[in-house]
Amino acid sequence: MRQIRCDEISKAIKNTLIKINHHLDFSLINLLKKAKSQETNSTALSVLDDILENEKIAKQGIIPLCQDTGVVVVFVTIGQKVVLDGSLEAAINQGVKAAYIEGYLRKSIVDHPFNRINTGDNTPAIIHVNLVEGDGLTMHVASKGAGSENMSRVVMLTPSDGIEGVKRLVLNTVQEAGGKPCPPIILGIGIGGNLEKSALLAKEALLRDLNDQSDDPVIRDLEKDLLDSVNAMGIGPMGLGGKTTCLAVKINTYPMHIASLPVAINIQCHSARHEVIVL
Amino acid sequence: MIHLLTPLDLKQLDKLSAGDRVLISGTIYTARDQAHLRLVKDFNLAFKLENAIIYYVGPTPTKPNQVIGSSGPTSSYRMDTLAIPLMERGVKVMIGKGQRSPSFKAAMLKNNAIYLVTTGGAGALLSSKIKSYKVLMYDDLGAEAVHELVVENFPCFVAYDLAGNSIFKGGLE
Ligand code: SF4
Repeated sequence: MRQIRCDEISKAIKNTLIKINHHLDFSLINLLKKAKSQETNSTALSVLDDILENEKIAKQGIIPLCQDTGVVVVFVTIGQKVVLDGSLEAAINQGVKAAYIEGYLRKSIVDHPFNRINTGDNTPAIIHVNLVEGDGLTMHVASKGAGSENMSRVVMLTPSDGIEGVKRLVLNTVQEAGGKPCPPIILGIGIGGNLEKSALLAKEALLRDLNDQSDDPVIRDLEKDLLDSVNAMGIGPMGLGGKTTCLAVKINTYPMHIASLPVAINIQCHSARHEVIVL
Repeated sequence: MIHLLTPLDLKQLDKLSAGDRVLISGTIYTARDQAHLRLVKDFNLAFKLENAIIYYVGPTPTKPNQVIGSSGPTSSYRMDTLAIPLMERGVKVMIGKGQRSPSFKAAMLKNNAIYLVTTGGAGALLSSKIKSYKVLMYDDLGAEAVHELVVENFPCFVAYDLAGNSIFKGGLE
């Protein structure tokens, strides 16, 4: 058995949320710089300059990278031998509340689809828990903006639509989104499972290391193929034209029913704010 | 680089073409979803809609000793329908991000208004162009309240011009 205190969880969540809202991940900055070095469109270059300059100001001036500091999403992986001294959910939400109030982050959560009263502290977070063997606790924490989330979708294709059907769906989704999700984007795609499983796969795909590759050769090729096709569309940063529409495509899969081919496409803007906490 | 100053001289708008880089200096007003819902029904405003510039933004809270928090644009399409009556009441420039609907574009042309975009996710950079920030109306809406901003060299691109041209590439229009 391993004891973990809930206040440690809250503190880690708070610190991580404040950090990710002011600092972009190093591998993301590198991808942006690489894209800039290959870009020829002057409008696109100017937008990429803004994004890189913004990152510098955010970390120096301690001003959040983006005004939409998002909804908090946490993927928890917890060992069966871990014992907590209270509620995991409450501990996470306590950390969210502290981060958004003390860290001057925008509170963007409303209580009800139609009443729409702001909850005042950006809670509740969206929490997914995975129980595993052992005594570890990791939490992958993200602040996810609505601009890109709103352009995301789940579609139940039929098995005969196959890989070509998936490609068409992805390209249509990106085309309809245009400049709204703040390109350059990252695409997280979930294929398989059922309705909700595909959406979870897509979200988890977005949290993958930007430089990794799928172990599955078919999926690896599809990731590369989609990245090239999306960037050939000419949408460009903020939809204003150019080669830099997408920085990475990440696809996760899962077995599915003989009659189904669920596909979820989760769009992430360039302000991809997430980090793993290991306790 | 073209400078756009307030109060707006409408002749300035004629000279702008989709794709032009403009720097705005002067007074602009913030409004997003909830503020639009109220503005369209409210005829007793604390500012003039006539020739106004509206910026679709909901900043992060202001930290002590700062003018304003992170202040980048939100997606404009959510304001497409509600922006129409405001243009009919005189709004001439709107600033946001992303494409807009055909009905918005038609109303924009009819009312001789233009649409500008600025870099989404660059809220820290854009906040450095804002010199003052004060709440004007609907304080209870928090970040969504109507604020008056004084900006200096606030960078935008002309997205839709008076002739109906668009800056957007590749996306469905
Ligand atoms: S889509 Fe992302 S970068 Fe754009 S405004 Fe929303 S959170 Fe910020």
